[in-house]
Amino acid sequence: MSKQYVLSVVVRDQPGVLVRIASLFARRGFNIESLSVAQTERPGISRTTFVVSGSDDTVEQVEKQLHKLVDVLTVVDHTRSRSVDRELMLLKVSVKNPDERVEIRQIAQDFRAHIVDVARTALVFEVTGDTAKMDAFIDQMRPFGIVELIRTGRVALERTPAAHA
Amino acid sequence: MTGSEVVMKMLERHGVEVIFGHPGGAIMPIYDALYDSPIKHVLVRHEQGGAHMADAYYRASGKTGVCFATSGPGATNLVTGLATAMMDSSAIVAITGNVPSGLIGTDAFQEADVFGITGPVTKHNYLVKNVEDLPRVLSEAFHIASTGRPGPVLVDVPKNVQLAKFEGSLDVVIDLPGYKPTVVGHAGQIHRAAEAIRAAKRPVLIVGGGAQVATREVGELVERTGIPVITTLMGIGAYPPAAEETLGMPGMHGTVTANKAISNCDLIIAAGMRFDDRVTGKISRFAPKATIVHIDIDPAEISKLVKAHVPVVGDLRDVLPRLTQELGNLDIQAWRETLSGWKATYPERYQVDKPLVSQEILALLREATANDCIVATEVGQHQMFAARLLPTIKARSFITSGGLGTMGFGLPAAIGASIARPGETVVLVAGDGSIQMNIQELATLYKQNLPVIIAILNNGMLGMVRQWQELFHAQRYSEVYLADSNPDFAKLAEAYGIEGHNIFDRETARTAIADAVAAKKPVLLNFFVYEAEKVFPMVPTGAGVDEMILGDQEPDDERTEQVVEAVTR
Repeated sequence: MSKQYVLSVVVRDQPGVLVRIASLFARRGFNIESLSVAQTERPGISRTTFVVSGSDDTVEQVEKQLHKLVDVLTVVDHTRSRSVDRELMLLKVSVKNPDERVEIRQIAQDFRAHIVDVARTALVFEVTGDTAKMDAFIDQMRPFGIVELIRTGRVALERTPAAHA
Repeated sequence: MTGSEVVMKMLERHGVEVIFGHPGGAIMPIYDALYDSPIKHVLVRHEQGGAHMADAYYRASGKTGVCFATSGPGATNLVTGLATAMMDSSAIVAITGNVPSGLIGTDAFQEADVFGITGPVTKHNYLVKNVEDLPRVLSEAFHIASTGRPGPVLVDVPKNVQLAKFEGSLDVVIDLPGYKPTVVGHAGQIHRAAEAIRAAKRPVLIVGGGAQVATREVGELVERTGIPVITTLMGIGAYPPAAEETLGMPGMHGTVTANKAISNCDLIIAAGMRFDDRVTGKISRFAPKATIVHIDIDPAEISKLVKAHVPVVGDLRDVLPRLTQELGNLDIQAWRETLSGWKATYPERYQVDKPLVSQEILALLREATANDCIVATEVGQHQMFAARLLPTIKARSFITSGGLGTMGFGLPAAIGASIARPGETVVLVAGDGSIQMNIQELATLYKQNLPVIIAILNNGMLGMVRQWQELFHAQRYSEVYLADSNPDFAKLAEAYGIEGHNIFDRETARTAIADAVAAKKPVLLNFFVYEAEKVFPMVPTGAGVDEMILGDQEPDDERTEQVVEAVTR
């Protein structure tokens, strides 16, 4: 059965490391839904977060195959560990009249979305949260007319085990 | 010192004795440094040949093989060789020249994205951008290629890096935090494996290519426990083929006994093998009653295809002795008797009512060499016949493209193996189709003057494809006929300066083989064999190993005029 997995892959910043990972996913028949990459607190080390869909067996196989890549340091499957994940979205919605503007701003407040750009005919919001919140915000904005949006894809970290908290 | 000199010095430091390669524009500085180097270079006639030679050199000796190629077409010609080595876990370091850094990405003359192209077919690869990185990169390349599960590593060196001045030290410390192969098996898992094995009534040990480095350890386990042994195509030579415990090769063209053993066993120790589909057939019908103890150095192989009940990750040389220590003689006499019964009922057999058949050539070769030779093969029917009728008694001696099934592997592989083990007789078992895929390496063979006997089992057909067409495509023989346009192989050999004979009958075959073995130089023997021979048993694609087509291996097959206990005698 196909479902979604969030994988954190910590890698050495070597040329081609992303290509190696992407090519591995493609080769083993794994679909990447989203992908984010950024530096970590350690120089030369990056953390990539993949949201992928596949079956349990496939994800286990892909984790093992990822471990085989020389530049991969650790792989964490966040679906199996206690973790937090967040996503950032920028969403531009069209505003046709002052009444709409009030209504949109009210909804945005409920979602704790910040206005990052204001124009006469459109507003741009910044929202962070989990995927469900993003989806819900999009649903709320859709009737007003979404001009365009961009999402970063999920990033995730393991929670600290209670004993160490 | 220049980058090129660093390359040659680092190869010397890693004990490299021979390089298989072909020069070209973008690797000329390295070839210039080679000119002053003590390392022997074998000039190949096609880069693919060089990669296969390096691969076979490793397989035969355990020493990492090295090949050189130039940029663009030189490097892309390596790809099949790298993929072959990757599939069969063979340690090679391939060094390619590339266009100068400044031209990379500009579609320069003889430029290709070698780093991108070779990524999926190597264990790891590098594009070296700074000359200072060369000592580290080359050290890492040898380390990665030869440790853990071995594999090919490619190092791409732009021409300006080859020419650049190097002023650092060649001493490097390898620091690869993401590369830590597990060598030592988990004690608890080994204990669990021993418990399962002791409880088994019908166990078998299946050894694969990983066992080529652990023949002593395999032997001790079998001696202590009396467990029957199945050797996969890659495992041939890891356990003596004529021993009482040996059941032969499993899978699509495996022995009846091995496949029946798998179907009826209650436990499998899978050691250094990876459950290739040619071994398992339909997975759901594979060893349905068996507890699977899977020992492999690559954790990704555990439960990839066949679910392992007791996984043990580690080197066989560590795990097997510790496992053996926990075991005594197993109480499996009844099972051993059943297996002996099957072996007696299903010996290797073939028909000799034809002018000449492939199988008898292999029997003659075995006789003439006392089975003490290195066997290289191409890919196809002759390969399966060789695996069954000419399995080597020594490890690292049956050199065949198992995973990728590369036609054209055999001839360069025979050369690489012969260079790795000078003086030993090498028999190349080839088909008339396969050998033409790297036939140009006859020139390399002539030049190196190696004791390689090329036995072409020439049926004028792409025999394995023909067999499938006969059995599964309603005898529609689409594009498999070669006889009308095959070269005269004896004359072709002679054109390359190699002795060649066309052979049509048994008596000539016998004397020609004896002469070739005695000659200790390259000889090509072109045997015209029965064109419609088929390899049996056969497990059709999608069927279980218990659903073999027995064909001429049927015990009471009337067409079988002579029963030959080929391997077990």
